[in-house]
Amino acid sequence: MSVAAETQTIAAQREERPPAIRLHGLRKSFGTARAVAGVDMDIADGEFFAMLGPSGSGKTTILRMIAGFEQPSGGTITLDGKDVTGLAPFQRDVHTVFQDYALFPHMTVLENIAYGLRVRRVPKDERLGRAREALDTVRLGDYADRKPNQLSGGQRQRIALARALVNRPKVLLLDEPLGALDLKLRTAMQLELKQLQREVGITFVFVTHDQEEALTMSDRIAVINEGNIEQIGGPAEIYEAPRTAFVAGFVGTSNLLEPAAAEQIVGERATFSVRPEKIRLHTELATPAAPDEFTAPGVLREVVFTGPSTRYVVELDAGGTLSVLRQNDGATNAEPRRANQKVRLSWACEHNFRIASSTTNESTTGGK
Amino acid sequence: MTTNTAQRTRFSDRLSSFGYARPRLRLAGLLSLPMLWLGLAYLAALAALFVSAFWTTDSFTGETVRDWNVDNFVSLFSDGVYRSITFRTLGVAVGVTLIDALIAFPMAYYMARYASVRAQRILVIAILTPLWASYLVKAYAWRTMLAPNGLIGWLLHPFGLDSPGYGVTATLITLSYLWLPYMILPVYAGLGQLPQSLIEASTDLGARGWRTFRSVIFPMVFPSVIAGSIFTFSLSLGDYIAVQIVGGTSQMLGNVVYSNVGAANNLPFAATVATIPVVIILLYLFAVRRTGALDNL
Repeated sequence: MSVAAETQTIAAQREERPPAIRLHGLRKSFGTARAVAGVDMDIADGEFFAMLGPSGSGKTTILRMIAGFEQPSGGTITLDGKDVTGLAPFQRDVHTVFQDYALFPHMTVLENIAYGLRVRRVPKDERLGRAREALDTVRLGDYADRKPNQLSGGQRQRIALARALVNRPKVLLLDEPLGALDLKLRTAMQLELKQLQREVGITFVFVTHDQEEALTMSDRIAVINEGNIEQIGGPAEIYEAPRTAFVAGFVGTSNLLEPAAAEQIVGERATFSVRPEKIRLHTELATPAAPDEFTAPGVLREVVFTGPSTRYVVELDAGGTLSVLRQNDGATNAEPRRANQKVRLSWACEHNFRIASSTTNESTTGGK
Repeated sequence: MTTNTAQRTRFSDRLSSFGYARPRLRLAGLLSLPMLWLGLAYLAALAALFVSAFWTTDSFTGETVRDWNVDNFVSLFSDGVYRSITFRTLGVAVGVTLIDALIAFPMAYYMARYASVRAQRILVIAILTPLWASYLVKAYAWRTMLAPNGLIGWLLHPFGLDSPGYGVTATLITLSYLWLPYMILPVYAGLGQLPQSLIEASTDLGARGWRTFRSVIFPMVFPSVIAGSIFTFSLSLGDYIAVQIVGGTSQMLGNVVYSNVGAANNLPFAATVATIPVVIILLYLFAVRRTGALDNL
């Protein structure tokens, strides 16, 4: 299977070098509130890594602990094989792109970018040369003498990137880097960021609550909920094979088969997840199921046209509802369907994933 | 009754729409009172001051003689005493401003960055409280403390030092104490508006505490320090009461004005002396404007 293969390649790459970041038993409490509850993970050198989770899930706290702005309540942080847990931010080879960009308003764009080099006492000529180079990398060469408040949001974003990258850090941390941009700019910046990361070869760790952003840009994703990692894996693995109900619900549309219905359809009393686009919709009810398929009869309750695709909501005879997503490609399933029509669903066994049924996960699904 | 109410409503409606359609009239209504105050009570008084600076006093009758001349300015600039008093006043005003800035910054920094919301409120009240106490009482309190056997002398004695006694040092201390709140509050407000992420960004880019202070925090809060300094500087420049109480024999411009109005009965000369602080303040504001510190106010 392609998902497993992808995971294996990344795992193999990871064996060669020490991880850029290793978190071990990382914990953080604010007073009595537990923000991060014991996180273990390795981020490989040169990886584009996303921490995906709802607001308040603790993902930003993890990022701030890696940067050094917060001291962990327990556990260790290792950067490139070196324990940095107790070190101040200025002693770590890590730079951050802040959510509000945090450009210094009293300095010009060029001075902003050269700041890290100035602090390191790089001679003026070299400093300005490198700053200009970084400015060209983000294609804002003409804006060197502007002040940050004369720039648009997207431009500020790129200046913040250039300022962090000019020092060639081991790791770049990005806190909701595209959160403040409008949709069109965000889509453009997603590709640009990905391209930039490939060019500079620096490990990027970014925090986002936008599942599409995480899926589009990352090599691997850690889905974080209530201070815990729910699942780590490649985008396809996370999307196609969610291990918990939370992941199934937070990444993509939740489409769950409840234990009672699953007992009749799958033959096992457990919760299962099927992605809506993996399900086929049939009007001929009698056709027998193929051996590697599951099938379930039901009643079509809703037909929602969304442009490129149509969403069908089907109430299963076995109980519960499933969504089905079909591309409006004009070739298959072209016949119009009416609500309350009797239909039959079928999907391949390999797209049917058992969900770990811990009580905490059950309760968090509703929160999405 | 109901018709009456309805009519009144209609009248007030008419009045509202009358005003709504005439923005200039509304603006006039808004500004007439403050403009009257600014124009008559403030600018006119200032103009009268300047005009009377060019008059003289008949030394025999004590009457003000209204013929135009620059005699007052000539005697002001030719007399060395006035020159040294001017420089002393300027020095005290600058000194008080620097002392206040030096004390206010760490205080305001603690309040804005470390103190809890509750502690911040308590501290702001604590800073404002002395402003409710009488100016005279505070000045006399310092006179008592600075007396040869006073608190300051007693505290300094173990270190082999004495109380500075009454003079320029005592004036500096007393005025710094009196005007400190006017420096703390704007600096505190400025630091409160400084985004935490800027400090973090600086630290993140490799800057240690002192570098972050020099390159990010201070330049960002500088306009607030300037705002505070306008208070401390101008209040010190014009003060004469505290100087009289703790200043000993070293006079300031305010005392010269005071004695010319009172004992010497030479109002035109008092006006002439009073123009010096006005000119200094104008020069100061001009210099401040050049630094760009007023752009962000």
